[in-house]
Amino acid sequence: MSPILLAEQVLNGLQSGVMLFLMAAGLTLIFGVMGLINLAHGSLYMIGAFAAAAVAGATGSFALALVAALAAAAAAGALIELLVIRRLYARDHLDQVLATFALILILSEGTRWLFGSFPLYLNMPAGLSGTVTLPGGIVYPVYRLALIAVGIAVALGLWWLNARTRLGIRIRAGENDREMIAALGVDISKLYTLVFAIGAALAGLAGALVGAIQSVQVGMGEPVLILAFVVIVIGGIGSIKGALIGALLVGLTDTLGGVLLPELFKLFTDPATAAATGSAFASMAIYVLMAGVLIWRPTGLFGART
Amino acid sequence: MSRERLLNGALLLALILIPGWALYADEPFTITLATRAVIFALAAVGLNIALGLGGLVSLGHAVFFGIGGYAMGILASHAQSYTPLIEWPFVIEGTKSMPVIWLVAIVASSCAALLIGLLSLRTSGVYFIMITLAFGQMMYFFAISWPAYGGEDGLSIYVRNGFPGLNTLVPIQFYGLCLALLCLVLAFNARLMRSPFGLALDAARQVPERVRAVGLDPRRLQLVALVISGAITGLAGALFADLNRFVSPTMLSWQMSGEIMVFVIIGGVARLFGPVAGAGIYVLLEHLLGGVSEYWQIFLGLVLLMVVLFGKGGVVGMIAGRRRDG
Amino acid sequence: MADPVLATHGLSKAFGALQASDAISLDLRAGEIHAVIGPNGAGKSTLIAQICGSLAPDAGRVEFLGRDVTQESTQARAARGLARTFQTSALAMEDTVLQNVLLGALGASGRPWRFFSRASRDAALRDRAEAALEAVGIADLCELRTAELSHGQRRQLEVAVALTLEPKVFVMDEPMAGLGQEGSKRLTGFLDGLRAQAPILLVEHDMDAVFALADRISVLVYGKVIATGSVAEIRRDPLVRDAYLGDEA
Repeated sequence: MSPILLAEQVLNGLQSGVMLFLMAAGLTLIFGVMGLINLAHGSLYMIGAFAAAAVAGATGSFALALVAALAAAAAAGALIELLVIRRLYARDHLDQVLATFALILILSEGTRWLFGSFPLYLNMPAGLSGTVTLPGGIVYPVYRLALIAVGIAVALGLWWLNARTRLGIRIRAGENDREMIAALGVDISKLYTLVFAIGAALAGLAGALVGAIQSVQVGMGEPVLILAFVVIVIGGIGSIKGALIGALLVGLTDTLGGVLLPELFKLFTDPATAAATGSAFASMAIYVLMAGVLIWRPTGLFGART
Repeated sequence: MSRERLLNGALLLALILIPGWALYADEPFTITLATRAVIFALAAVGLNIALGLGGLVSLGHAVFFGIGGYAMGILASHAQSYTPLIEWPFVIEGTKSMPVIWLVAIVASSCAALLIGLLSLRTSGVYFIMITLAFGQMMYFFAISWPAYGGEDGLSIYVRNGFPGLNTLVPIQFYGLCLALLCLVLAFNARLMRSPFGLALDAARQVPERVRAVGLDPRRLQLVALVISGAITGLAGALFADLNRFVSPTMLSWQMSGEIMVFVIIGGVARLFGPVAGAGIYVLLEHLLGGVSEYWQIFLGLVLLMVVLFGKGGVVGMIAGRRRDG
Repeated sequence: MADPVLATHGLSKAFGALQASDAISLDLRAGEIHAVIGPNGAGKSTLIAQICGSLAPDAGRVEFLGRDVTQESTQARAARGLARTFQTSALAMEDTVLQNVLLGALGASGRPWRFFSRASRDAALRDRAEAALEAVGIADLCELRTAELSHGQRRQLEVAVALTLEPKVFVMDEPMAGLGQEGSKRLTGFLDGLRAQAPILLVEHDMDAVFALADRISVLVYGKVIATGSVAEIRRDPLVRDAYLGDEA
């Protein structure tokens, strides 16, 4: 395992980490402010990807595709919030899980009905499709570097939103005491719809961006959703900082584990078996990480301590 | 005779009469459908103990279903290829005997439930839900990448396993076996709900602080509930694999977890025959609507949404009213 | 003088900048009712939580029956004989009155690991449960769902559940809360007789009940015990009058 290869994998880990962060940030924001666990977040990721693929296919413009992704996901999010999610805030978690699971069924099968079962392709923009040589001789795809940049930008943007804007103040107040901000005259329903739409837009953006590297198909969102849950558990529910750190940890563990564990196993058995069993154990690596964090901190690294 | 007892009786009667008619009318496919419903019901009865009685929203329950399935798959595949599972420190051969397979499935899923429970029950609320989902996903990916037992393609078992005294290849006989197991577990479940353990567990769901204040540990009660729950769903998994003569990572997927939960919710959570009603309705919808459109799950999603938002208590709840305790 | 049944030594707890408990030392002797009074926000609930084990103190000790139980969990202390009633009734609302007291009896027996027998048919559990209901006077309600009870009946059930433990000590958090005149008088009479069974640490706002029942009173203000003494002593104490009772006491 050469240092260059290792460095590439670290970058890959960071890239998948920041994309996870986009999902996890939305989820944790929605849970922190509204106390709602939202399984349909993966569907919003998928909707963003499909909107981007459809628009890119029709117009050839990646920029337009991204705008479409953000708009479609935000609109879908707002619509779902108004029709369904609104009725769930007062319900217990089981009801929220079931209702949002029902939404997954409706949205996934609905998308399959509209677009069919075959994957769509989203081409990455020509300007970003090359590679660049980084210090140390690492040859790395420009697009992936761009994703890392987008992730950092979103993190900074969320920080700015939270710390420096009135909306951020309302969000933080809402996280602390829901009844109080209603009493203070903040329009709760509008706030909630907005927060949900923001979370949805982030998911849609992630779906579109990742859709250019992987394919766009029904069901692409749920594995990412579950990973985002792992991120939130590790980082602590309600904490955006926790979501960022958790996401980077998970991204790095997953990528590096997938590369290093087979190498480790090669010390014990033949290459073929090592590759297979190594990657099998690598698939468990992040969950072992999650279990480890939970043993140490049952509410996550930055979660509220009880 | 309360309405719930009548409903339960009616459901049981349906489970006997419908396959009976199918046998008479020579419709083996209906018997297979009924078997599918009964096995799903069994899996859901397992979940209902953790969810309905214990209040544990276990979103990764398919992990036990899949472990039971793979217990069957691994044992039977070694038997059919005449190779032992391991040779050192002692030889373990495969087997195609259902009672042995069931025992292994139950033990394996109980152990998994114990481990998962010990970790997950350190948390509560949303954390617990997410963690159980995560562990389910972990086993799913592990099963896909572990090379020895088919990976993503799954494992086929050419001949259904055997049960002493029966010819399990005959659909009605295998159905009868599954039905007998379901009835046994339902009887156990009914006992459990009224037992001291059931009382304590139910209280732990409603007022854990009170349970502590009388000297009991809610966490330990919930752990035992999860183990029992996992064991039953694991048994269902072994039966399911035998029904289809096939096991694959799909049995461990989040979709499967969601389906098992749908059986419980549509039927009526915390009701004895809720899982039976729910599984029956699901299989019916799958068969009837699935024939009309391959997008029938949109309709399932709508039904589920309606039940959650407006229909408190699922089908059993709507027909039989509120739960009466005895 | 015999050792106190229950005692706290220097119990302290802070929530950020708020000192909810400030070196609280008090004790409960056999056969007595020791009332803890104080204005809202004085830290009474925090104190109860630390005594019963649901909150860990920052400093100090809790001793029960001569043993340091500060590190022990709520259920361990309950198993030793510490029975508490909650300010907001902690009852299984979906279950019947009988099932709630059966739970108490089950806890007292310490053996919940029975899966096949019927809880309601277990003679030992049933006897204990019904005796507690009889003592409190709500035996005729035993088949009703707890959600259907009136507030006063629920407070009585709350006490009944504590009784099933046949405890060595009662810790009661505002048992009179929400009871009308009738109910308060009845409960006061009941608690009066109860002290013979086990001493009671009583947190209460209802001054009539406190002055009628208490052998000793401790006054808690801003997390600190500012006075401990007999009813007469406390009524006369100028500090207490200033802080809490006013001049009508």
